[in-house]
Amino acid sequence: MMKRRTFLAGATALAAPLPLRAQSDPLKVGFLYQAPRDDKGWTERHELARVELQEHFGDRISTTFVENISEGPDAERVIRQLAQQGHELIFTTSFSFMNPTVKVARQFPNVRFENCTGYQRAGNLATYAARYYEGRHAMGTLAGLMTETNTIGYVASFPIPGVLRGVNAAYLAARKVNPDVRMRVIWINTWFDPGKEADAATALIQQGADMIMQHVNSPAPIRVAEENGVSAFGNAIDMSEFGPTATLTSMVFDWAPYYVQRVQDVLDGTWGSGDTWAGFGPGMVTLAPLNDRVPADVRAKVEAEIATLSGGGAHPFAGPLNRQDGSLWMAEGATPTDEELFGMDFYVEGIDGSLPT
Amino acid sequence: MLRLEPRPERSRVLLWTTPLLAAGMTIVSAYLLFLIIGVDPLKALGHVIIDPFSNSFSRSELLVKAAPLALIALGLSLGFRANVWNIGAEGQFTLGAICGGATALAFYGVEGLWLFPLICLAGMLGGMAWASVPAALRTRMGVNEILVSLMMTYIAVLLLSALVSGPLRDPDGFNFPESRIFHDSAIPPILIEGTRAHIGIAIVPIVAIFLWWLTRYHEIGFSLRLLGDTPRAGRFAGFSENRAVWFCLMVSGGLAGLAGALEATGPIGQLVPGIPVGYGFTAIIVAFLGRLHPIGVVFAALALAVSYIGGESAQIAMSLPAALVGVLQGLLLFWLLIFDLFVGYRLRRVAPAKGGPRPAAETGPKVSESGGA
Repeated sequence: MMKRRTFLAGATALAAPLPLRAQSDPLKVGFLYQAPRDDKGWTERHELARVELQEHFGDRISTTFVENISEGPDAERVIRQLAQQGHELIFTTSFSFMNPTVKVARQFPNVRFENCTGYQRAGNLATYAARYYEGRHAMGTLAGLMTETNTIGYVASFPIPGVLRGVNAAYLAARKVNPDVRMRVIWINTWFDPGKEADAATALIQQGADMIMQHVNSPAPIRVAEENGVSAFGNAIDMSEFGPTATLTSMVFDWAPYYVQRVQDVLDGTWGSGDTWAGFGPGMVTLAPLNDRVPADVRAKVEAEIATLSGGGAHPFAGPLNRQDGSLWMAEGATPTDEELFGMDFYVEGIDGSLPT
Repeated sequence: MLRLEPRPERSRVLLWTTPLLAAGMTIVSAYLLFLIIGVDPLKALGHVIIDPFSNSFSRSELLVKAAPLALIALGLSLGFRANVWNIGAEGQFTLGAICGGATALAFYGVEGLWLFPLICLAGMLGGMAWASVPAALRTRMGVNEILVSLMMTYIAVLLLSALVSGPLRDPDGFNFPESRIFHDSAIPPILIEGTRAHIGIAIVPIVAIFLWWLTRYHEIGFSLRLLGDTPRAGRFAGFSENRAVWFCLMVSGGLAGLAGALEATGPIGQLVPGIPVGYGFTAIIVAFLGRLHPIGVVFAALALAVSYIGGESAQIAMSLPAALVGVLQGLLLFWLLIFDLFVGYRLRRVAPAKGGPRPAAETGPKVSESGGA
């Protein structure tokens, strides 16, 4: 947590004005993807937003993307090449690009960089991410109301705060509407591995789960749920095509409004570094249309939940809230700050099992 | 009617022109491929082949990319000549990164000129330790080293992932699976200011020349060649096959480990799960493209580096798909194997026999144990 505060302070100190750009040439905007652009998941959402961005601004901007770049030694070179070839705004759309982006940003003080889901910032390096936990909170409400076995299975990637917030938010929402609900989590230590994801989903179903949530990127858990006649929730894109009956809804990210805004800022000369963390409110997080199987009263409750979250009403992590070991995390009446959320490295009280260390 | 028959002597001319012919045919195939997908072929080829040389940063990046490929392939080619098939350089590379990186983390914040050589040594030992498993299993129990070394790769990748999610994780890194960024004294000295060209690049020619000397003038080199070409003759001459297996796997494992330690501390600067990106496998292409010759391997590594960096340029400039790099490398290997066939064989026109099909034994390519590429 210290680190994030330090960098926040650093960002303000470093926020020197960037030079205004010449108006005549189209603004070159670069995108770096970790996966192929049609990966049916995380990267595809960024690619769709890039296409929308290009359409929005027409010939006032030109966009470039480089896909399938690993987090190894290649990222730094590609980011640097984008900067060298006159891109004035560069989006690096993965946490694994954070350190390379920091290095290149230092060498190109006149180029603006934006890293998705990272936490290091500089005067010319902003960060942005979506409040996935809001989406998962709404999905948790749906799962809690729909489950018949009172068991929700969760296929999770890495035990980092961004994933733990989702697990906790989903569980808290489900418990609120269904006090008997249990949450089982399997950590598979990868973002994308259809084989492992399918195995984890199968194991969860065998343990009695009839709701399969996922914070991994392939549609494999959806397929397994479809085959076993249980329900599932898609991640990053609308995954209903992979399990038309099973998929109750999917959390879908929409980066286009943010990209449009940031490009407009550069064109207007008002771009500044900082951290953007948006949820249902500005539409960065949305839920795909609910399955027809969802009864009208449940549908109404979920929609009400989304409306509350959009308006910033009830906070999913409002106190009183204990950690799994029973220690107090959030006092009654308190809501966590973004920094506190960023450091969430525990299960909340009530979730079974222990975190992998 | 054409027939493939063994040449009495392997063609020396073809042996050395094959890589150039293969590169030429790869360019021709790429030209046709670009035409088919509706891309200006000359422009695309220009980006792939010329861009990597167009400015000093790209040229330095060529060296950064070629260095690990060359180091790994130098070790592999030694073994391939002696019929020792180390397919698991990727795993030895990963172990080198782990051991070098763990050393860097253990001495975090400690200044000292001894630290970087220690990291290199740790990397080499890590790679050798990983290669010792297939070596021991092959020499003691006759287990195929291809399978063992390959499967050890998957263990190495998982070990790295477990370590950066656990003991080697950055304590201030919010549980993200990566180590902290190495301290300045643990990273390789930079050769050219303002680039990522590090001391590892200077190690490559030294290793290449040493291995060239070893294979050409030292008894070890002779014994490896003999055991590779005619194992029986090698055994009669009193050379131990087991010693050759150990020697080749230790050299190739050590060099792959060194490459891993240099890559982790150099261009990457921390341990991340994504360190293994396939260099150990690409180095197999490099070894064959370089004719298993130490000097040839260095140039082959540069050629493969061009395909990577040129492929990125083509992506940035023309939005060509990322798969382009893989396709180009695959074409290169394909053409290399085709032309390699003709080093040991030639096509001969044969008059078709009259009336009825000829016996099966006489048709089709004639492949015998003798000769071959």
